Amino acid sequence: MNIATVFEIALAAVVLGLAIWTIAVPDTYSATVGFIAYGLLVALIWVRLDAVDVALTEAAIGGGLGGVLLLGAAARLRDTEAMTTEGPSLIVRLSAAILSASIAAALAVTILLLPDPAPTLAPAVVANAGATGMTNPVTNVLMAFRGMDTMLEKVVLLLAIVGVWSLASDQAWGGRPGPRHQADPNGVLAFLARLLPPAGIVVGIYILWTGADHPGGAFQGGAVLASMWLLVIMAGLVDTPPVRSRWLRLILVAGPGLFLAVGLGGLCFGSAFLAYPVAFAKPLILSIEVAMLLTIATTLGLLLAGAPERSAER
Amino acid sequence: MNVARDIITVAGVSAGVFFFFAGTVGLLRFPDTLTRLHALSKADNLGLGFVVLGLLPQTGGLRDGLKLISIWMFVLLAGATVSQLIARTARQSGSGK
Repeated sequence: MNIATVFEIALAAVVLGLAIWTIAVPDTYSATVGFIAYGLLVALIWVRLDAVDVALTEAAIGGGLGGVLLLGAAARLRDTEAMTTEGPSLIVRLSAAILSASIAAALAVTILLLPDPAPTLAPAVVANAGATGMTNPVTNVLMAFRGMDTMLEKVVLLLAIVGVWSLASDQAWGGRPGPRHQADPNGVLAFLARLLPPAGIVVGIYILWTGADHPGGAFQGGAVLASMWLLVIMAGLVDTPPVRSRWLRLILVAGPGLFLAVGLGGLCFGSAFLAYPVAFAKPLILSIEVAMLLTIATTLGLLLAGAPERSAER
Repeated sequence: MNVARDIITVAGVSAGVFFFFAGTVGLLRFPDTLTRLHALSKADNLGLGFVVLGLLPQTGGLRDGLKLISIWMFVLLAGATVSQLIARTARQSGSGK
């Protein structure tokens, strides 16, 4: 047993323990903190499995933006939780436990019943890597070989933002999401919000650019850009844009729109929907990714900002 | 040459692990928010600094080294800011005494 195996066993034990603690702890805030730590440790597991692309996404979404979203929810729940004295009844708890346990058991059985070695398309992906001019197999699968899935995923992001916006009251519709953040203009948060974004924007664009050949891509880069935007909003330096703004909506549809347009172009001039002409594959994929970077960064930022709450004038 | 590099790496990472360990013990054992923050910032600043210093001889070139150093700088910046914010909130809410 070498040192890497010991580390992996310890990591798996800590993740399992943290998962159980997150479920068992009665306090919502503690459970949220446990879940964020859980997301960061799961990212480490993905690194050990050589899936750095997934690790980056897990750290950015599971640990970072998802964590902020859950912390906000926990803060909103605090008042109502203080008033309710009794928890869910025994039957509700039992059925939730049985449902979760049977899903876990079904997943375990499915994994154990997989043929060994598991069926894989990885050799085909590696063999056709030259077709797009990019060497990162994950980007090849996401943007070319299974481009349809990625496009629909971006449409789901758009549906999510429509869902959040539809929670707005009638008076606030079209207004600015979230509260107006006030912070000391000479304080540390405002200082960080002025110092960090220039570097953070470079890092976000670098992650997108390096995604062609190394781990990275539009989603990871977009998450970094979204966090920079949110930092500036939380420091009170800028306000959230009103959701009726035309340019905001254009950015939101830019990624999936361009993806769809390129896909239809492949149907008209090429052989199939989303079939890139080989000579232009890399420039086309890059322009889709740039549009998606903007869309993802804006969508993630707006998902965290929440439903419109104030009219646009104030 | 390789042995010298490895010695620097082992020494640097060990020093980093020591500071992370001490910082974690402090985080668990110290009585209030401000002293816990003090322990935590030692782990972040010095611990990660020594780990980065120890890894520098193992990098493939200047680019990788600069990336490692910039990661340390970002953590320094974020750690210092967050510590300030937590300490201020703790003092205002009265739990920092």
